[in-house]
Amino acid sequence: MLSGFDLQAVINALPYLFLTGMSFTLTLTLFATLGGIVFGTLLALMRLSRYRALSYVAAGYVNLLRSLPLVLVIFWFYFLMPYLGQWVTGASRPMRIDPFWSSVITFTLFEACYFCEIIRSGIQSLPKGQTMASHALGLTGSQSMLYVVLPQALRNMLPLMLTQTIILFQDTSLVYVLSITDFLGATAKIAQRDGRLLEMYIFAALVYFVISLFASHAVRRLQRRVAIIR
Amino acid sequence: MSYNWNWLIFFEPSLDGTHTYLETLVWGAGWTIATALGAFTIALTLGSVVGVARTSPLTWIRALGTGFVEVFRNVPLLVQMFLWYFVLPELLPADVGTWLKQLPNAQFYTAVICLGCYHAARMAEVVRAGLESLSRGQRMAGQALGLNLVQTYLYVLLPMAYRIVVPAITSEFLSCTKNTSVALAIGLMELTGSARAMQENSFQIFEAFAGATTLYLALNLIIVFAMRAVERLCVVPGYGSTTKAG
Amino acid sequence: MITISDVCKSYGQFQVLSHCTTSVAKGEVVVVCGPSGSGKSTLIKTVNGLEPIDSGDIVIDGVSVSAKDTNLSMLRSRVGMVFQHFELFPHLSIIQNLMLAQVKVLKRSKPDARKKGMALLERVGLTAHAQKFPGQLSGGQQQRVAIARALAMDPVAMLFDEPTSALDPEMINEVLDVMVQLAREGMTMMVVTHEMGFARKVANRVIFMDRGEIVEDADKDAFFGQPRSERAQQFLSKILVH
Repeated sequence: MLSGFDLQAVINALPYLFLTGMSFTLTLTLFATLGGIVFGTLLALMRLSRYRALSYVAAGYVNLLRSLPLVLVIFWFYFLMPYLGQWVTGASRPMRIDPFWSSVITFTLFEACYFCEIIRSGIQSLPKGQTMASHALGLTGSQSMLYVVLPQALRNMLPLMLTQTIILFQDTSLVYVLSITDFLGATAKIAQRDGRLLEMYIFAALVYFVISLFASHAVRRLQRRVAIIR
Repeated sequence: MSYNWNWLIFFEPSLDGTHTYLETLVWGAGWTIATALGAFTIALTLGSVVGVARTSPLTWIRALGTGFVEVFRNVPLLVQMFLWYFVLPELLPADVGTWLKQLPNAQFYTAVICLGCYHAARMAEVVRAGLESLSRGQRMAGQALGLNLVQTYLYVLLPMAYRIVVPAITSEFLSCTKNTSVALAIGLMELTGSARAMQENSFQIFEAFAGATTLYLALNLIIVFAMRAVERLCVVPGYGSTTKAG
Repeated sequence: MITISDVCKSYGQFQVLSHCTTSVAKGEVVVVCGPSGSGKSTLIKTVNGLEPIDSGDIVIDGVSVSAKDTNLSMLRSRVGMVFQHFELFPHLSIIQNLMLAQVKVLKRSKPDARKKGMALLERVGLTAHAQKFPGQLSGGQQQRVAIARALAMDPVAMLFDEPTSALDPEMINEVLDVMVQLAREGMTMMVVTHEMGFARKVANRVIFMDRGEIVEDADKDAFFGQPRSERAQQFLSKILVH
């Protein structure tokens, strides 16, 4: 059963797995998180806006993307972006987009929907008194949102947003369907090249497990410290 | 835009010659539903057991439950799928492994079990949250009447816990339906996989994915409406409005 | 009927119960009172084993609560308990609340359990509400149902943990009336309460607890007339002003 387990194959592959694969995964996670939070905040503000048009557009976008599997969205954006690029730049043929940036845009636009819901609930769970107090002081609507509401909402929702980041980290493995070389893709490449499916996939599972476990424990500790301060 | 639109592609025969592309997509949706239902059944039963275990007064049972949840929550779904499909047959005795690999619809069974365990870990957390939201007095009241622990869970705690978490169960079921798409990586021809095949064979990219999108949205609506009906059945008259002196 | 001998219990460093010894004879009504944190709720929960004890022993009708081979489930079915927050089962109708334990623990048939339940609802004056759900009843009504639920098991003794503390003032009397009736019928009762009017009416003995200890354990008249300890005197003077 485990007689054919070859640890050496794993060790030999480590540089490729981590320098090529994991670096892709981590940078994608980082960029998509930042982009997702920024775009998600924008979407949340649109949903809570007084202007019905903005609110409906944002709600429609968020509800649409949340109803679709990430795999399908990955395919959509992968094929759509070259054509959009062509349309936007007026080129004669569909634009070729680097797989990394294509992934960043896809994940940003997708995860923004989930960040939007988190931030929206953060804003709505703030006591109304906060907005009233800032208005009473003379701050305009956008000033009170920028200086009073958002900072508190984001701080309150930090644990949830970090958890969403961990989910994002795991979701990046789905770029496999486009044969993009993230950590899982790199593992699969080695596995198929050397015929070492067993060792490589178990190793990949262990790496993801350790990173996610460590990260979620750190988030839980952070949650406990934040709770005490409040 | 240099793309050739052809919405009639749905009515043209697919590569196998006998079905139209539309039929292939609908067939794919069928596999999606079947996988989701199978997986969610496992998720509900296994997840309830683990969720209850996580509220047990016995430390070792709690630890087992926690271990289960942590393992299945910290590994990406796609990696789990590969482990079940590629690695498990290698770990089992040679003849069992071979039998597994030659099983017809192996991708379906693998996807059902893989998704079942993945969502069981999440259901466990949902059930645990439901149980923990009940007042301690409920367990005491059940035991004070002479019900043993199993009876207290079965007749007093779990019925209320499930009713409280119906919205979360709905959300998990929708999530499970979407997650069936990951099984295309092991070759299951569910909806996204069928759309991808259609795109590859017909070059009508956006029609294919638009078709899949429409079907997913339809599935979504059906599930949401069905669960709302379930929610209405589960309403406990008067709960939440007055739990103390009226 | 109930004997509590040298019971001690602590949560970590905090000593909740400290060498508590008392008893309740058959047909006796004993009221337990004291300031919050005195351990009176904990004490009554140790009687039917809902709270475990660190040392000492509790014996109900000859059966020890903490002995390893005691069938705790059967023992609990013979002792009724009424909680401060009623703790009716919200997902079951009133009559189902009364039937559940009869069927599952005492193995009575459903028709018998239903008959018994309806008879008890009649006794507490709530037959019209049999098909309703707990959330639809007022607090006083819920607590009367809770008493009926405990009585449905034909208990040899009844334990009450501050049964009226969570009720609005206008509903306290409807519950106390049921309890007074129960006492007059000869039920063995141990009641944790602040309702001294009830104590004066039907109690045989009053126990005063403070900081986990039983400070005073006297006949009703002796307790209200001339309590021996200063702590009890202070307590009585504060609550009897109302």
